[in-house]
Amino acid sequence: MSGTKRETGFTFTIDGVEVKATAGMTIMEAADEAGVYIPRLCDHEGLRHQGSCRVCTVKAGGRSVAACTQPAAPGQSVENETPHLTKMRRDLVEMLFHEGNHLCPICEASGNCELQAMAYRLDMTEATRFPYLEPCRSLDASHPDIALDTNRCISCGRCIRASQDVDGKGVFGYVGRGIHRRVAVNGENLADTDAEATDHAISREVCPVGCIIRKRVGFAVPIGEREFDHGLIGHEIEEKRK
Amino acid sequence: MAEPRLIEISPVTRVEGHGKVTIHLDADNNVDEARLHIVEFRGFERFIRGRLMWEVPVIVQRLCGICPVSHHLAAAKAMDMIAGVDTLTPTAEKMRRLMHYGQVMQSHVLHFFHLAAPDLLFGFGAPAEKRNIFEVIKENPELGKRAILMRKYGQEIIEATAGKKIHGTGAIPGGINRNLPIERRDHFLSNIDEMIDWSRDAVKLARDYTLEHEDLVAEFGSFPSNYMSLVRESDGALDLYHGNLRALSSTGDMIFDQVPYTQYHEKIVEDVRSWSYMKFPFITELGPDAGWYRVGPLARMNTASFIDTPLAAEAHKELKAVTGGSPNNSTLANHWARMIEVLHCVEKIRELLNDPDLQGTDLVETGDRREEGIGVIEAPRGNLIHHYKVDEHDQVTYCNLIVSTTHNNEGMNRAVKDVAVKHLSGKEQITEGMLNHVEVAIRAYDPCLSCATHALGQMPLQVELFDAHGGMIDSRTQCV
Ligand code: SF4
Ligand code: SF4
Ligand code: FES
Ligand code: NI
Repeated sequence: MSGTKRETGFTFTIDGVEVKATAGMTIMEAADEAGVYIPRLCDHEGLRHQGSCRVCTVKAGGRSVAACTQPAAPGQSVENETPHLTKMRRDLVEMLFHEGNHLCPICEASGNCELQAMAYRLDMTEATRFPYLEPCRSLDASHPDIALDTNRCISCGRCIRASQDVDGKGVFGYVGRGIHRRVAVNGENLADTDAEATDHAISREVCPVGCIIRKRVGFAVPIGEREFDHGLIGHEIEEKRK
Repeated sequence: MAEPRLIEISPVTRVEGHGKVTIHLDADNNVDEARLHIVEFRGFERFIRGRLMWEVPVIVQRLCGICPVSHHLAAAKAMDMIAGVDTLTPTAEKMRRLMHYGQVMQSHVLHFFHLAAPDLLFGFGAPAEKRNIFEVIKENPELGKRAILMRKYGQEIIEATAGKKIHGTGAIPGGINRNLPIERRDHFLSNIDEMIDWSRDAVKLARDYTLEHEDLVAEFGSFPSNYMSLVRESDGALDLYHGNLRALSSTGDMIFDQVPYTQYHEKIVEDVRSWSYMKFPFITELGPDAGWYRVGPLARMNTASFIDTPLAAEAHKELKAVTGGSPNNSTLANHWARMIEVLHCVEKIRELLNDPDLQGTDLVETGDRREEGIGVIEAPRGNLIHHYKVDEHDQVTYCNLIVSTTHNNEGMNRAVKDVAVKHLSGKEQITEGMLNHVEVAIRAYDPCLSCATHALGQMPLQVELFDAHGGMIDSRTQCV
């Protein structure tokens, strides 16, 4: 047994595009390298996979699987951006809007927000099919440098993993069960935790929405220069293939 | 003997927002009482409480779909103060000014050509189907074209400075988030001369109208009042973006001058009346009966010592000459004043476009935090005051807004009464043309009712006519 990488490499297809993979890679990791974008929200580069949001659902071997956790298999043909899957993802994203309080025009994450960008990518033109839940959520501004507007939290858990695995802290955690499961801080409020503005969990890239806010920098980036002003979410991955 | 009657004119058409005019007739069909009711909705001040200070200039724009930029800038000025920044970088101040001049220009053009021109061209008593912008364009296609292109120019300036034509993000506490790229500057410079020419023509149109209808202008909703606006700090010149407060009496006596606007609450009091939710501000030292005042384009022509751009300066002198240098008290002269301001804004835009500071990269200043901030600006419709308190967590704890339409509340009520008495009293039949006269008087103030009501979105205005027993004789409601 030689054990070289070349021998464990294999190919499979996503929407007919041939993709290379090595053993142990998830479908999403292989797709990213090949320049095929699979929509996602709870998964984030550098963080452990969680597989909870289901926005990355693809069809592999006739089954619906989470591309961020499902290992790639040789010769498989995976469906990604089919009308059926796109509709399912759009429904999921729509429900996330309905579960929180999202007022994009006054939100400093607008233009940098992955949820909003996903809605654009999935062509979510109306947000009225589901009743707005209008939950009563809080804005925690207790910390001198960080604010949390939980109206916008989508419970993706990225901050929890970043704080535990990267920062070696436990600033955030889940509370409650089932549909009541929410992300909360481990303390009275944020000022009561050991959170610091320099934590990875607080960095702009970790929270996909406008929930974790670094204070006093909101709206400093002009319209036109925000992350998703340059293209649809996923365009950077897709450009690898062009 | 005829029954006493109450007239309620309910929706004043072509004004922005919602309000209601009620006119009460007595048994002899004379106007007993005429009032403008605007339902002020204070929900906004509650909504903003608890929000983060840097969100405020963006959030307050939702107050009004018609003048979002004015709210954006007034709030940003208040937040500058809270951020401890007293002087912006030249690039930030000039970008904000550019945004503001673009906004005043497009707002005045909209009002004059789209809302007022039908009355001025076809007469106040003209049939309703004639009094709209489409008829104006039919009658005068060149005027119609200019109206559209001038408005577009102003909107593009807003877009270049705020990122979007409405509800942008340009101004942030302590500065601005962008400069003006040279390509955009060149684009604007390429047709600035045309804008200047057209603005001069618009001034002439408004002036000729005013002078040709001297008698009408002199009596229509015309009455003395005090006037208040910001004027430039150094010399009392017209300054729409920044300055100190000045108030003049109807005869031109100075009531106060060069008062820092952070002292507004010492100089004016917001009075409450049982029949209206909207407040009636008055100048403290003169009391509620004598202290009411008007704001807006004509008020600014009255208060400003001079205008610092040459073409508008000349036009201003000509307007002042009509009243021998004393304040002009004619409601209808507002249209002329408005066009002079358009010319001033376009001249200012040209001046700014030629200033290399607009391409500067020093955009934001910082300073020592304060708890309270007040921002005042001369919005298209007049003085606009934003006042906030922010706690140590950066959250808003207090908000008070005085919008132009509120400043003008008493003036508009007087104009309504004046016109109603002159045009409706003693008439057996009330025609639509007569009721339109009342609306014309209100429109001259360009009241932004959605602003005044602090409601989110636009609402119509109603005019209702009642007899003395409270029976409704006539009612009109129309959306803009
Ligand atoms: S977090 Fe995203 S989706 Fe929610 S309001 Fe902000 S921009 Fe919109
Ligand atoms: S705070 Fe942000 S990162 Fe954390 S769970 Fe909520 S949305 Fe995800
Ligand atoms: S990205 Fe795969 S489940 Fe969320
Ligand atoms: Ni308004």
